[in-house]
Amino acid sequence: MVVQPEPQAPLAVEMAGIVKRFPGVVANDGIDLSVRRGEIHALLGENGAGKSTLMNILMGLYPPDSGEIRIDGVPARFHSPRDAVNAGLGMVHQHFMLISRFTVTENVILGNEGASFTLDRRAAERTVGETAERYGLRVDPKALIDELPVGMQQRVEILRVLYQQSRTLILDEPTALLTPQEVEDLYDILLQLKEAGHTVIFITHKLREVAAISDRVTVIRRGKTVGTRETRETTAEELAELMVGRDVRLHVDRPPSQPGDAVLQVFDLHLRGKGNRDVLDGLSLGVRRGEIVGVAGVEGNGQTELVECIAGLQKPDSGTIMIQGTETTGWNPIELREVGLSYIPEDRHHRGLVLPFSLTENMLLGNSTFAPFSSGGRIDYARTREIAAKEMAEFDVRAPGPETPAGSLSGGNQQKFIIARELFREPDVILAIQPTRGLDVGAIEFVHGQLVEERDKGRGVMLISFDLDEIFDLADRILIIYQGRIVGDFPSGKITRAECGLLMGGKTIEQEGEPIRV
Amino acid sequence: MSDSLRSRGLTMTVLTSVAAVAVALLVGAIFILLSQQNPVTAYKALLEGAFGSRRAIGETLAASTPYIFGGLAFAVAYRAGLFNIGIEGQMVMGGLAAGVFAAWNLDLPRVLYIPCALLVAAVAGGIWGAIAGALKAVSGAHEVITTIMLNYLAFQVLSYTLLRTEGWLPVNPQLQATKPSSPDARLPNILSGTRLHAGLLLGLLMALLVWYLLFRTTFGYRLRTVGLSKGAAAYAGMRWGATITIAMFISGALGGLGGASETLGLLGQQYNAPQGYGFASIAVGLVGRNNPFGVVLAALLFGTLRSGSTAMQNQAGTSKELVLVLQGLVILAFAALAASGRVQSWWAKRRGQRFDEGTDTVGVEPGVAPEL
Repeated sequence: MVVQPEPQAPLAVEMAGIVKRFPGVVANDGIDLSVRRGEIHALLGENGAGKSTLMNILMGLYPPDSGEIRIDGVPARFHSPRDAVNAGLGMVHQHFMLISRFTVTENVILGNEGASFTLDRRAAERTVGETAERYGLRVDPKALIDELPVGMQQRVEILRVLYQQSRTLILDEPTALLTPQEVEDLYDILLQLKEAGHTVIFITHKLREVAAISDRVTVIRRGKTVGTRETRETTAEELAELMVGRDVRLHVDRPPSQPGDAVLQVFDLHLRGKGNRDVLDGLSLGVRRGEIVGVAGVEGNGQTELVECIAGLQKPDSGTIMIQGTETTGWNPIELREVGLSYIPEDRHHRGLVLPFSLTENMLLGNSTFAPFSSGGRIDYARTREIAAKEMAEFDVRAPGPETPAGSLSGGNQQKFIIARELFREPDVILAIQPTRGLDVGAIEFVHGQLVEERDKGRGVMLISFDLDEIFDLADRILIIYQGRIVGDFPSGKITRAECGLLMGGKTIEQEGEPIRV
Repeated sequence: MSDSLRSRGLTMTVLTSVAAVAVALLVGAIFILLSQQNPVTAYKALLEGAFGSRRAIGETLAASTPYIFGGLAFAVAYRAGLFNIGIEGQMVMGGLAAGVFAAWNLDLPRVLYIPCALLVAAVAGGIWGAIAGALKAVSGAHEVITTIMLNYLAFQVLSYTLLRTEGWLPVNPQLQATKPSSPDARLPNILSGTRLHAGLLLGLLMALLVWYLLFRTTFGYRLRTVGLSKGAAAYAGMRWGATITIAMFISGALGGLGGASETLGLLGQQYNAPQGYGFASIAVGLVGRNNPFGVVLAALLFGTLRSGSTAMQNQAGTSKELVLVLQGLVILAFAALAASGRVQSWWAKRRGQRFDEGTDTVGVEPGVAPEL
């Protein structure tokens, strides 16, 4: 039974006309936000819309240039996060701020150890245990953070905020690293908190989460509030439009795939990681011409290593990789490019681009030794600039010109540029890992369209994503990766989201009496 | 569009540099006042001492020459992501190698003797630099530590070589120097009545070559990519270890040429006395923004301060150390102004433009936590 907060409930948090400028950027340009006591309030917006800045202002990390904050109706001026915590606010950051060699209790009481010189560990453990019990946060107070899965670590963060007596909890993109089951558990926890009278501000850019958990939603676009809605009275389409400012297609239309010969094959790949753990544990897969193979899985199950082995950035301990029938295990990235591999990396800032370089110079990344970019060791910058300008026009990369430093572009434009560069040499195999991470809906649509187009040109696409929506939207075949192995292989439409979620979480599913798990 | 962006960057650099020199001179004036001298007289003496006569100009250019080599050496390593503190040692090794080679009085014509002596110096300095590069590539040993150690090692090699009373090397242990260079190996004078020698031309040629290497060749692109982003370099299939080793070889070779330019040009032999140009070169590289042409200008600035200091001392009565104070102030002013972006924002405001590009800190909006 879900408790509905009364529409006239007093306001727990009010932010009015918040403006925050950074050199060259207006991050918040007059944002209004009203959060009722006892509600779950979603703060929805694209990456870069100003959500995090707003919450950092609320938590006292930076002062606003102008605007007012009221907590429980009382005007507040925070000079540090300590002030915000004293006013009953608490934040669970997207990247957990936990000390991995400390126990749950030690982390929870961090900063609230009390004035006494000695530490009563038992008493602290008891209090932490009781707090956990009260809110259904099942977690062992004595466990080391290191040994806990991500979902549990997040509970520790929530526990810490509750231990600080916070009445209002801010969660910044809390589902980013969770499995579907862990997300469900998180929802349960949030509902319990709500029943206990807590207020929750839930930052997200996923429409599904807004619908699943929030009472009301405030949408922010380009540093401005564009609307607040009762969740029950709005639709995903309306929210999406508010968020990006125009109609967006939520699904990619595409004809069915017509796969041809195998262009990428991986057999029995093994890789030992840190701590003698098998990061890749006998992984095999294949990608054919004209299909998009989606590899679904929770982050950290060997996806990065798999891609880096294929792309020549890591050497597998054993196993075979073949591109178009040629064994390429252990080749370097330049040789792999020569046989038609192209790679859209996960990390735009540290792999895909050299940020201080101009776009022209970035066009050369991975291409510098090939014609028409250079001959005889001499780079033809004029020609490169022309190509960069042409590709920018074709892929709608918005920047003042090809001499603009890559670092000054938005994430979406950076990604479009990388894709333009990676498709320039007409590859046969395209590896894309998290190609739309952090992008806004418009850019996501563009990137997805490009991948489908490449597929239709007869290229093999391997798409790795931690976002199930992306996999279900794009993939012709869905593989599930778990602990360095492929644990499921389905044509799209033959597996449900829930089944996929189970496999991603290491469970098996029964289908026609046969366990799928190999 | 692109050209306007680029020229805006250039304007900004020039403005910042002029402002930095002005700030340094102003603060320097306070120091002069504190020592109860007249700053106007002092600066006038400095300028006259540096540019007041044909001889003065020749001396200023001669004093700038080693800074050109050193600044270029620093810039090449810096572009590859390395902080080469070992230019002093590389200069010593280059100067020593050239000095010994030139003192052998080989039966070579001038057109061969000079290039061979320079080549020997470049290789000696290059190897000294490459040691640090290779150590970093193989074991991760930090180049700041290894190049400092290699400096001491170079000084010891220098003393050991020059103080040997017997052996096959052409040295004069009483003088603690190599024997005088063969006239055929000396860099010719290029401005009569001054000590200005062809080392200046060699330095300018090197600036041009370094610019071409860095900004027009695939190797230069590789070097700069490695220097800015190890991850992107790996992504593009560039070998980091090999690249930094070669970069350190080039850096050391430029240092070695700088040493040879002093030995074969100014001094005529290598003495057991490291000149200290290598350390000032770090500042020259940084003030010149690690751009070959910027380095040349910065070298001229440092050369001016150095050659004008004597006149300032004689005519205005300032102490000899004042010029070191001025050098220090120039470095501080450049570092502070370039980093703060004050000049840029002032300029942008004056032009009514938004200040959003051409800053030194590219990539992250200042103060905004990057969202991912």
